Amino acid sequence: MRTFTGIDLGSTTTKAVLMDENQRVIGRGITNSRSNYDTATRVASQEARIDAHMMLCHRALEQVGGLGGRLEEFLGDLEGAFRLEQFLEQLGDLEETCLGQLRHERFASVRDAAKVALAEVFARLREEAPALFGRGAKRKSDFFRDVAGGRYLAVSEAVARDAGLSYDLLLNVYDKSIIEVENRPPGGDIKGKFRRALSALIGDSNGRSGPFADQRDAVERAVGAALDIELDDVFLVGTGYGRVTLPFSKEHIRSEILCHGLGAHMMHPGTRTVLDIGGQDTKGIQVDANGIVENFQMNDRCAAGCGRYLGYIADEMKMGLHELGPMAIKSEKPVRINSTCTVFAGAELRDRLSLGEKREDILAGLHRAIILRAMSIISRSGGIANEFTFTGGVAKNEAAVRELRKLVKENYGEVTININPESIYTGALGAAEFARRAGESAAFEDARAGVNS
Amino acid sequence: MTQPPKASAKQKDVSKDSSMLKQKEMIAGHYRRLSTAGEDGRKVAATFVPGNLNELIMCFDLLNNLPEVNAIQSGLRKESGRYVMEAEKLGHSEDVCTYVKNDLGMIARGNVGPYGLQLPDPDVLLLSYTGCFTFMKWFELLREQYDCETIMMHTPYTGDGKITQNMRDYMVKQLKEEVIPKLERVSGVKFDIDRLREYLKESARAEDDLVWVLQSAKNKPSPIDAYFGGIYYIGPIFGAFRGTKEATEYYGALRAEVQDRLDAHQGPVTPDGEMDGEKYRLVVEGPPNYTSFRDFWKMFYEEGAVVVASSYTKVGGVYDFGFRHDPDNPLETLADYCLGVYTNRSLPQRVEMLASYVNDYQADGLLVNSIKSCNSFSAGQLLIMREVEKRTGKPAAFIESDLVDPRYFSPANIKNRLESYFQMIEQKRAGKHVEAGHVEAGAAA
Repeated sequence: MRTFTGIDLGSTTTKAVLMDENQRVIGRGITNSRSNYDTATRVASQEARIDAHMMLCHRALEQVGGLGGRLEEFLGDLEGAFRLEQFLEQLGDLEETCLGQLRHERFASVRDAAKVALAEVFARLREEAPALFGRGAKRKSDFFRDVAGGRYLAVSEAVARDAGLSYDLLLNVYDKSIIEVENRPPGGDIKGKFRRALSALIGDSNGRSGPFADQRDAVERAVGAALDIELDDVFLVGTGYGRVTLPFSKEHIRSEILCHGLGAHMMHPGTRTVLDIGGQDTKGIQVDANGIVENFQMNDRCAAGCGRYLGYIADEMKMGLHELGPMAIKSEKPVRINSTCTVFAGAELRDRLSLGEKREDILAGLHRAIILRAMSIISRSGGIANEFTFTGGVAKNEAAVRELRKLVKENYGEVTININPESIYTGALGAAEFARRAGESAAFEDARAGVNS
Repeated sequence: MTQPPKASAKQKDVSKDSSMLKQKEMIAGHYRRLSTAGEDGRKVAATFVPGNLNELIMCFDLLNNLPEVNAIQSGLRKESGRYVMEAEKLGHSEDVCTYVKNDLGMIARGNVGPYGLQLPDPDVLLLSYTGCFTFMKWFELLREQYDCETIMMHTPYTGDGKITQNMRDYMVKQLKEEVIPKLERVSGVKFDIDRLREYLKESARAEDDLVWVLQSAKNKPSPIDAYFGGIYYIGPIFGAFRGTKEATEYYGALRAEVQDRLDAHQGPVTPDGEMDGEKYRLVVEGPPNYTSFRDFWKMFYEEGAVVVASSYTKVGGVYDFGFRHDPDNPLETLADYCLGVYTNRSLPQRVEMLASYVNDYQADGLLVNSIKSCNSFSAGQLLIMREVEKRTGKPAAFIESDLVDPRYFSPANIKNRLESYFQMIEQKRAGKHVEAGHVEAGAAA
């Protein structure tokens, strides 16, 4: 299958979209950018390919009757088993790296005890891993660092205590290792992992076991055929802040303005105005009926009113980023926050707290401040025309969306506002479409050259 | 198409054409004259680029020292940052024009100017363009500093878009009753109107050639860059050389050089060598950034973008719509010159001018570089941009930087916007709008 990849290297996350020749999205992948765009690109691309394999399995199983109504359940289990394979592989890498740290001279006096402790920590982590990826498991994040890190910290504290070792020592070893592991290009062999995951669900050549062993023949044929489909990556286009760090030639790079404009158009063809609030920039974009950019404006010399603003506020409030919106939405009397400057807003926040204002009211005010700033950028780009599409990570924040709806109505009247559930992939989607067009036109040129030669 | 020049990893020596080298010599010579003014018994006038009455100043044997030009030179030499900080230490706020802060900071540090040469104290301050309120405040501060004769000639703003006889008479009256008598008193030289006429003749000759050079950008490919390169071209005529034989010779030589480039179908000369493969033709509104001038320019020529017309190269005089200094009406022509400088024009006039540039120079669009600390230029630029877009149907873009404060040039952001803009032009120009499909949300399982 000929595929086309779009990669959006954002300041916070890196997204990849895989598209087929018929403009259908067949896979999406996301990872944290971690200031290493090379690795982030590989991880996000690999995630998109995993997603594509899952989708192909889905299609193949649908064609053979969908496992008698148990299709979704099976796919959930298959992905869980696959993620477990992946997790255990990275866990092994982390263990090796931690042991490598112990070779340092400063650990000489405690080396043997630390080795024993580490072996115990990783044995426990491996033991509890299946539960992390089993049915109904709740994970706050899918990133290895978050899943493994959280558990390592908890388990090593107990192990250190039992072994009479310093907890800080085990922490130190972990801190030094995790960045290295995170930045290591991901291991390949996706199909191998899928096949091992499949064996866990239907049994292997040694016999039938696992939750779907009774469906073994149908599943093995369908999934096997799906996994045999080669994803032939024809063309890749990169966009976003990190694009300059990649060894892409010019024809493989597009500005995020163009990609967001086209991506929004593809999701909602009636789009005329796009607002994208990313990690460190906010863009107001006007597009025509074909998704071609007519005009754009971006935040100027500072990142006030960008996604990072909310991240900073979350840190100040000792809350998770995803908890801000739900708390702010509870507000019935938002506090007026004047500062769009992130740092000043932090000071204003503390001032308001000391005056006894409610946290949800202050947060609602902060959400309004960020959207007010975005409104100024949109108006500079030419205002809002019907339809209006809101993209970027902040589009997932319901309190920000509520303020946006209010302000759009106040300033521009009744306008259709599109917020796509996959809006975080808008830039990558536009990039994938650019890749598809470039790939198709290259193929056309080759074909023409063939005719003429 | 030939690829635009690639950036080398390490900046090599700057390529310059022979006119640039000559211009550099002229400017260096002028700074040498300024540095020895005291020893030579020469008196010095300070004035500004917009409304620079260089011919009149020369009539009194005064040397012309332009603080804006000093600030530009400091910016290009990466010296302005410390001067700006120095002025802030003295109490000047962050939002004050950075030309002003460069000048005041430089004075505070001993007034050693570009080329490491001592700058003289002015004997007279001559303000002949009052559209910029900051200019007046700047000279008030210099008057405080030097306690010297100060001449403030009021130039009415052309709000209705035209110069009236009333305005002209009003300014001539000021010249006769205020400016000339004061300059006579300061210099000890009697005013000779025939001497002024002679200088004005030279001015008109140089202006003819300058206009020819700037309009050569109507050709494809353009042999010049009318913004980054244009700044070198306007140097002598906007500074201390308008009305001199030296300027006439320089512009004659420049014209011949550009003619040769035109005959050879060559593109502009850039700091990294000759530029081939003109890909985008732009009109630019607003001054450039001087502290990162070379890097800024590079962002253009690396992408194959040539500026074919700019408003900044009209800030010291608008000549391409027919105005020339007229020796037959010496004082009226000085009035017309002051009244007609770019920033003394109303917004509708500026829109008209930029739209005509986009059309006449077959540009792909308008780019605005909005300067943080220059209200004189920046006020109304978004409106100007939209109006020019509407009239020409060509895309426009907006970037932001500053004159000579290095803290306000964010290369990553500016490059990002410029690349987006160039790609936007490319996308619109392609013409064959591929109908993009509609992707169902959640099309992927």
